[in-house]
Amino acid sequence: MQDQPPGDEALSVVALRAEKTSETPAKDWSAMLAELAISRDRQLFVRLFRHFSPRIKGYIMKLGLTEATAEELTQEAMLSVWRKTHLYDPGKAAASTWIYTLARNLSIDWMRKQKYPEYDLDSWHEEAGEPAVLELAEQAVMSDQVAMAIRQLPDNQAQVIIMSFYEGRSHSEIADRLSIPLGSVKSRIRLASEKLKQALRGNHDH
Amino acid sequence: MTINHHLDEATLFSYVAGALAQGPALVVASHLAMCGICRRRCRELEAIGGALLENISLAAVSDNTLASVLDRLDQDVIPEAAARPAPVANSGIPAPLASYVGDSLEDLSWKKLVPGVWVHDLPSQGKGITRLLRVAPGKAALPHSHRGSELTLLLRGSYSDEVGRFSTGDVADLDDQITHQPLVDSDHDCICLIATEYPLRYTTLFGKITQPLFGF
Repeated sequence: MQDQPPGDEALSVVALRAEKTSETPAKDWSAMLAELAISRDRQLFVRLFRHFSPRIKGYIMKLGLTEATAEELTQEAMLSVWRKTHLYDPGKAAASTWIYTLARNLSIDWMRKQKYPEYDLDSWHEEAGEPAVLELAEQAVMSDQVAMAIRQLPDNQAQVIIMSFYEGRSHSEIADRLSIPLGSVKSRIRLASEKLKQALRGNHDH
Repeated sequence: MTINHHLDEATLFSYVAGALAQGPALVVASHLAMCGICRRRCRELEAIGGALLENISLAAVSDNTLASVLDRLDQDVIPEAAARPAPVANSGIPAPLASYVGDSLEDLSWKKLVPGVWVHDLPSQGKGITRLLRVAPGKAALPHSHRGSELTLLLRGSYSDEVGRFSTGDVADLDDQITHQPLVDSDHDCICLIATEYPLRYTTLFGKITQPLFGF
């Protein structure tokens, strides 16, 4: 269903890890995105566009889509950002998190010609009773911490994380590709996920 | 609704990564609609997705692209299909599933497999199956194992098997190491949503013989 099969990038984990970090704290992007909902300021949108669109396009190309498709889907994603900003709640998630889920869903919907089942993307603000995962101030530093945590994962764990997030491969596909049992794929993901979540919470005990 | 059985971390991770096939993703999203604990876990993993996006290698986007997006900002948007599915509290059907089956499990076309067991197949892509299974009280499914994973969400009623007891909202997230035979122990029909990556493996001769007939 894809333009072209995802590359073999995950098999060369080291190359993938040399990735840039952002210069503007995530907190500022989240505040800007929230402000956009109120001000509808085009200059603000342009700033968000310049920051997020190369990332969205980079993500979509890693999923194995052609540059032309990635360009088209990036436009759609940024238009969705503009149109759905009123649904964004900075108390619930960082801007990058909200935009990630938008870009992910658009890409999958395009690849499958079928809507990726969402649990409540359009109603994030409706769940008043649910506490935020992280305070906004904590979100400001967390993306660097997660990036560092990925660099520190053992290669075999980094590999399954990259194959999941960047290549969209299922557990069985990963098992077949790496010639390891399904259970090993799952246990590697569980171990890696636990470490990344600790990084997210700012817990460096491990 | 007290939920005792939750999603495996690896399953939830792959859902967030967009790496689950359509059927399993539907089961996960449906459980998330019912389970605040897993929703919270899910949001945490989504934050990891955001961090990865923030740190990804960039792909150049031209100023022409920006200009054409800016041109489209004021276009009227055709509203998405207005029907936002009914919430779980009213119909017993979680919203993600409601977009496939509507708001009533009773009105579906149920196909009888054997006495006391009915199925309603959902459209799915790939090799696996996605279906609703309805089993009468006291009936058991045939013992089986799986080549890949099997995800089952309990929508109504309850059953017990080698793993434990499952009731409304619980999800059974099984891998290829488990052979089980669920037995319905509620006093009304048990209805669950099931997605497998591959056809099931029956462990009895009867199951193997009847498999082609039932399409399981």
